[in-house]
Amino acid sequence: MTATDATNREREGTVDRDDVVLEVDDLSVTFESDDGPLRAVREVSYVLRAGEALGIVGESGSGKSVTSMAIMGLLPRNARVSGSARLLGQQIVGLTDAQISKVRGEKIAMIFQDPLTSLNPVYTVGYQIAEAVLAHRNVSKAKAMERALALLELVGIPHPEQRLRQYPHELSGGMRQRVVIAIAMANEPDVIIADEPTTALDVTVQAQVLEALNAARRETGAALVLITHDLGVVAGNVDRVAVMYGGRIVESGPVEEVFYRPRMPYALGLLGSLPRLDADRSERLTPITGTPPSLNAMPAGCSFAPRCPMARQLCHEEEPLLLGVDEHGERVSTAVAHPATHSAACHFSADLGESSPADLFSPGEEVSGESDTVESVGGGGAGEEAAPDLAGDEPILTVTDLVKNFPIRSKGLLRRKIGEVQAVSGISLELRERETLALVGESGCGKSTTARLLLQLIQRTSGEVHYQGQPLHALTPRQMRPLRRDLQLVFQDPFASLDPRMTVADIIAEPLRIHREGNGSARRRVGELLELVGLDPEHGSRYPHEFSGGQRQRIGVARALSLNPRVLVLDEPVSALDVSIQAGVINLLEDLQEELGLSYLFVSHDLSVVRHIADRVAVMYLGRIVETGTTDQLFGAPAHPYTQALISAIPLPDPVKERTRERIIVTGDVPSPADPPSGCRFRTRCPKFANELSDEERIRCVEEPPELEERGSGHRDACHYSEVVELI
Amino acid sequence: MLVYTVRRVLGAIPVLLLASVLTFVLIDLSGDPLADLRVMQPPPDPEVIQLQSERLYLDRSMPERYWLWMTGVGGNGDIGLLQGKFGPSTQSATYDIGANIAERLGVTLRLVGAAMVFALGLAILTGVVSAMRQYSKLDYTLTFVGFLALAMPTFWFAGIVQQAGVSFNELVGTQFFATVGDGTYQAQGLSPWGRFTNALAYMTLPTIVLMLTSFASWSRYQRTSMLEVLNSDYVRLARAKGLPNRVVVRRHALRTALIPLTTVVAVGMAAIIDGTVLTERVFQWRGLGEFFIQAVTANDSFALMAWLMLSGTTVILANLIADLLYGVLDPRIRYE
Amino acid sequence: MSENRAPDTVRKTAADGVGGVERTQLQMITRRFLRHRPAMISLALLIVIVLFAFVGPYLWTWDHLVHREVPPSVPPNADHPLGTTTAGNDVLGQLMRGAQQTLKVAFTVSVLGTVVGSLWGATAGYYGGRVDSLMMRVVDVFMIVPLLVMVAAIAGSVRGGTTWWAVALIIAAFSWAQIARVVRGVVLSLREQEFVEAARAAGASPGWIIVRHLLPNAAGPIIVAATLLVAVAILLEAGMSFLSFGIQLPDISLGQMIGDARTAASTRPWLFYPPGVLLVIICLTINFIGDGLRDALDPRQTMERR
Repeated sequence: MTATDATNREREGTVDRDDVVLEVDDLSVTFESDDGPLRAVREVSYVLRAGEALGIVGESGSGKSVTSMAIMGLLPRNARVSGSARLLGQQIVGLTDAQISKVRGEKIAMIFQDPLTSLNPVYTVGYQIAEAVLAHRNVSKAKAMERALALLELVGIPHPEQRLRQYPHELSGGMRQRVVIAIAMANEPDVIIADEPTTALDVTVQAQVLEALNAARRETGAALVLITHDLGVVAGNVDRVAVMYGGRIVESGPVEEVFYRPRMPYALGLLGSLPRLDADRSERLTPITGTPPSLNAMPAGCSFAPRCPMARQLCHEEEPLLLGVDEHGERVSTAVAHPATHSAACHFSADLGESSPADLFSPGEEVSGESDTVESVGGGGAGEEAAPDLAGDEPILTVTDLVKNFPIRSKGLLRRKIGEVQAVSGISLELRERETLALVGESGCGKSTTARLLLQLIQRTSGEVHYQGQPLHALTPRQMRPLRRDLQLVFQDPFASLDPRMTVADIIAEPLRIHREGNGSARRRVGELLELVGLDPEHGSRYPHEFSGGQRQRIGVARALSLNPRVLVLDEPVSALDVSIQAGVINLLEDLQEELGLSYLFVSHDLSVVRHIADRVAVMYLGRIVETGTTDQLFGAPAHPYTQALISAIPLPDPVKERTRERIIVTGDVPSPADPPSGCRFRTRCPKFANELSDEERIRCVEEPPELEERGSGHRDACHYSEVVELI
Repeated sequence: MLVYTVRRVLGAIPVLLLASVLTFVLIDLSGDPLADLRVMQPPPDPEVIQLQSERLYLDRSMPERYWLWMTGVGGNGDIGLLQGKFGPSTQSATYDIGANIAERLGVTLRLVGAAMVFALGLAILTGVVSAMRQYSKLDYTLTFVGFLALAMPTFWFAGIVQQAGVSFNELVGTQFFATVGDGTYQAQGLSPWGRFTNALAYMTLPTIVLMLTSFASWSRYQRTSMLEVLNSDYVRLARAKGLPNRVVVRRHALRTALIPLTTVVAVGMAAIIDGTVLTERVFQWRGLGEFFIQAVTANDSFALMAWLMLSGTTVILANLIADLLYGVLDPRIRYE
Repeated sequence: MSENRAPDTVRKTAADGVGGVERTQLQMITRRFLRHRPAMISLALLIVIVLFAFVGPYLWTWDHLVHREVPPSVPPNADHPLGTTTAGNDVLGQLMRGAQQTLKVAFTVSVLGTVVGSLWGATAGYYGGRVDSLMMRVVDVFMIVPLLVMVAAIAGSVRGGTTWWAVALIIAAFSWAQIARVVRGVVLSLREQEFVEAARAAGASPGWIIVRHLLPNAAGPIIVAATLLVAVAILLEAGMSFLSFGIQLPDISLGQMIGDARTAASTRPWLFYPPGVLLVIICLTINFIGDGLRDALDPRQTMERR
């Protein structure tokens, strides 16, 4: 995007103290809790220079957000902060409320993760922006409102005059996040901290918000601290990056250095566990085994040592310091935070050499108690073969013209029907034996509704679903029950999908009990299943809360497998998981498919994951399929403008590629499914419609809904003027 | 907003209707207005019973009586809620239920109004202070006081307060606190200032008693809702903007934390009505509470129904006002 | 997915760290409850009071009735530690009987109200839609009637000696609505939980889901609401008795004792204060126990969201 100019300035790399806007030194945060003090952040130091962008990456619980909240003085009272943070030379840790109020918003501003809750629901958008201006500038209210208007324009909100008078709930998530960015820009701060600013948003909206963030930097000249778990977002938007793990910075340096020559096994592992759009599909992901450490049980030495394949005795005993490393990975004992220095906290960074993630993390596919691979499954080479060849051509599940309209009812006693949400509007799909069909789309496109319709968990409005020739839509619940054994579901949220009051063994055995089988052998079967999904069979008597997110998701898979189903519907099975954990679950799903001959319907919003796991893909937009084809066809030669936009909106975890790639940006938000646009539903956001088509051509888009048309060998798309573009 | 208002008003009607049915059926089934007459010694003339029973419409069937009670159509002109007539009383043929209620309404409303205002003000104050100093000694103390207040039987507390008032008077040697009566009679012919001190003397103690329970529960509620808002993302953003703490608390936290309280206060109306009956009894006020006790004692069905309908309507009205206020305070509701 | 709030992060990781120790759900709840000091003290105190009320009468010389041997209007002394009434009852004997009647009424109300309220609320919540709308409108009506006044009106209208169970029945008939509201809320949110959908996807029947998933998960809030209902019932019964529409003489309840002594607070304080203090202590302990149970059972802790 536009980060390039800032990057080049970075290259000179002379330490100029006058240039430093934020200097964090030895910052630690401890929370008092019932279980004793929890050290959430330990000895974090970094330097941020004017106009620079620093990325802080880490998984949940790594302390990346807490660090920034400590700098802003926004932590709750049970937090103890030590160390220093100097903003333009001024110490800002430990200031009184009156003092820090003068700094916040004026010199340093912050953007939070969830735009839906960041704005006060009872004040207008204009008021909340003007308030930020008035907090630091002695101007009239009218002047502050003028400024608010100008800011809304800067962040790219259409019809800003109108938006000023609206309340937050009248704006979409993406728009609200841009309002928050406008608030952050209000007083032209020197530093903007953005804490996961796009995590809660869809990819196409993420691209818009990142654009607004870059506009904010251009306009104010502020330095940026971008906190995220998304390596792709970091790659394209920052100059330097710091990786956090277990409350510490474990590696930092220029973004290319860290991405291309990581010097700490954790960073390498993270890159290896990421399914990526630009990698070979058949390459197996290399997950990091185990789970991140918990704050009240920190390992004595390096906090990554328990998961590190390179760990030796020293690693378990002594915590490595964050030291500079030279081009060979040798540790240089200058702790000085020279901005261009690549530093890492690893005793053996020199040994890392040029290893690839796979070399390090899965040399012989080691299996431990909490392993991420299934030993029993076809040996080491299982995942390497491309799956499509194995997929049979026989459709096992067929969907024809499926429609689901949800009534909108009045709130009164009568609950009259006052409208309809068209969640799914005429969808046809075919799931073949032993294949993975992915259903992709942004939130609200109807993909999860489709999944539930297939399983008859909700009533269809019209259309047909056939499973091995049997019309599921015509069956009574009683007739459906025996068929449910073959069709099982895995959920997105591993916390909500397991009954907290049941033991894991009971949860997994529940489907068996419902179908009155395995009365005697249920216990054995549970053990087998736990082992199958890579968990300790002894852990059946535990409760779900004793497991981490990734383990719970494995329990969910085990439950779905208990009846030996033939089809698994996976509803966003990995999107709630951290990257390092996600890879393990993806590998597990691939192995299970291989071994058990399952067919997957894989519902997801994450195109990188889909590209990695799916054989065929169907892209949904506002209740319709806009394009479908094999994974290679769809990603190699996307034809529909929406697919193209989706693919180009996915950030690549590769700094150079990410900065130089061509983009197709869509504008605006997804229209309401209660009132979809006429003709082609995508036309209101379609870049082709807006920029390329003539007026006569547009008439067809407005009037005539495009049908899915064959482009050859099963690749179909629903666009009147589709044209293949190569994006990767 | 207009649509919202109209819908809320219309929504209250079925509840009110249902309440009237419930009230009527329960009171009608549970008591026999002529019970005292029937057990009288020596037994009265059957003709007297017959006459009374006709006067009180006891000779009609229950649905008929309900219809009469609501509309007054087919009655003797002394009944029909929709015409503003409450029906005949057992207490005497000339006892006018409506006039009696009207006479006492002022006395009771004065007490309820004062108690609500003070309970609300104090509850918001302590709730906010508690929330802002969460887990401090002050918070723990206020929490304990709240629990104690919720465990306190109103009438026992009233007795203690009354006793304290008497002791205070004896100690200081004045008649500052009036511990008996409502002071309406004493206020006649006084100057405005005299009326004010008179009201102060008579109302202080009963107000303290009546506000106690409501204060405690509202204060707990305000604390919870304030805590929730203080931990919200938008309060954090307000701080991040550089607003000083007191502005954040007043403009962002308190403003939004007050919204849910409107509903709680409205629901709490029912408890206040319960409280007035007990408080008026202890302080011997001639208010609606006393009217109610008289009605129960005299088996006066129509008076009881009138009373219950009045209190029910008050609570429904309070809820309606709360709903509308909610709409004004919260833009999300307004545009729903 | 990542989280942004510091306290959440800490809470979650703290819970994840349970690691090797195996604990059942019940053990965890018990542990949390045991750590809630006010609740533990209250529980001990309540047990003492229950013993006082139910076992006490067997051990103490006097019961609650008028006896010729009991001298009238005597202040506390060795024979009558809490003094005697004008009519000639031993106050300690009255206090035991009064507490017993009060507790019997309160627990009966709690059980009845909880059963009715839970069934009503669960039905409304489970079926939703129009059924829910109608059923909750009925609850609304019960919520708007001033409880004490309603029960007093009914009990006062019923002639000829109101016994403790009649009082309990009347109070229960009007106090189930709050429970219904709580349970409906819980069921409504549970119904949307993914683990319930998982059971449906596995082919579970509605009965299976209610018994295996909804009830166990709704148990926490129901237990808490039932506990708090005990306190509500105690205050209601006391209020009724105070207005003399509750339990009738010669039987006695704490509220009635206060009502009888309300003009004697200064002249014969031994009649006025003991029943009041006992009432306050009972309610206070029950509220604290409810508070402790809420903390121990809170689904936000046990269900541990991110």
